[in-house]
Amino acid sequence: MASEPQTSFNEEFVVELKECAKLLTEKLQSNQFEEASVLIHSITRARDRHIFQSVGRLTRGLHNAIVNFNVDADLTKEPPKIANSDIHDASNRLNYVIELTQKAAEKTMDVVDEAAPIAMNLGQEASSLRTEWARLKRREMGPNEFRELYERMDIFLGQMVIGTEQISKNLQDIVLEQGFQDLTGQVLKRVIGLINDVEKDLVSLVRIAGQVEEIAGLEVDSETLQHDAEIMHKRKTEAEGPQINKERADIVSGQDDVDDLLSSLGF
Amino acid sequence: MKILIVDDFSTMRRIIKNLLRDLGFSNTHEADDGVTALPMLRSGDFQFLVTDWNMPGMTGIDLLKAVRADDKLRTLPVLMVTAEAKRDQIIEAAQAGVNGYVVKPFTAQALKEKIEKIFDRVG
Repeated sequence: MASEPQTSFNEEFVVELKECAKLLTEKLQSNQFEEASVLIHSITRARDRHIFQSVGRLTRGLHNAIVNFNVDADLTKEPPKIANSDIHDASNRLNYVIELTQKAAEKTMDVVDEAAPIAMNLGQEASSLRTEWARLKRREMGPNEFRELYERMDIFLGQMVIGTEQISKNLQDIVLEQGFQDLTGQVLKRVIGLINDVEKDLVSLVRIAGQVEEIAGLEVDSETLQHDAEIMHKRKTEAEGPQINKERADIVSGQDDVDDLLSSLGF
Repeated sequence: MKILIVDDFSTMRRIIKNLLRDLGFSNTHEADDGVTALPMLRSGDFQFLVTDWNMPGMTGIDLLKAVRADDKLRTLPVLMVTAEAKRDQIIEAAQAGVNGYVVKPFTAQALKEKIEKIFDRVG
């Protein structure tokens, strides 16, 4: 969005204003009131024109932003009905990320839940057989017991083959399930790109709006400032989810840090 | 022991549930935010509450405050298991009367330690 020409546009207006003011003083000092009145009138007109043009630029900037983000909305409705937009699309994509990661997590846990008892049973039987085997080695076993052990060993080896096959398959499934990382990564990268574009356009719009405010002599009222301060205060304990920047001073670095903080509070 | 696990992500509820089962607690129930958890706590005889912080509807910190303000529930031990890691938040939770605070991602060991510590103190 073009904000550079806007600056010089403001400067031009200020130069024009200064010249008129000088002229106005001259006219007033030389008692030419009628001409002074005409001058005042033209200054007001120039100011109005300038404000209208600035607002026009702002409107155009907003319009461009809407076009850039493919916003398909019915603006005649209140609130406007948005049929589709890049933001809308990004929301859908992010929901897809949640869905995909959740499915992968569920699937992985299902597969582990399935394999864990197999491994546990095999382990228990192996440990029990080992004890029996040690008795056999120490020649503490009678022929009947040996026959029983012989049978059990045969069954166990069979279970071992089937069980380890199942566990290998489940491990393989867990690896395959990690494919979500690639898919979600691609989606997230696209959404990051969109957020960057939105920020750039927003900053540009705020800049144009700031110039309109400046030339129109609008001031930020105390209510707005107070509102901003309240928001900043509320953010202090508002839920934020996982912290990405561990260097921040107001963030604990891990469980040890939490424990230290709590014990300093008398826990 | 009857335990309520509150988290908006079913995956996390399942992880906590599995860990609790490994620790020998199998009577666990689930809720996905404070709004659904509170009536469950009021009507059921839960002896322990594990809750996340960041949830839609009613957050974990508000649930904790509601529990402490309720005559019947005020002594219920509460463990917070959350990704929220700001000092101000931990202080707020402590002042609201939390019994333990575990930051995500956590280890099975950390969860076990905190739970045992809470039960030791509660008796």
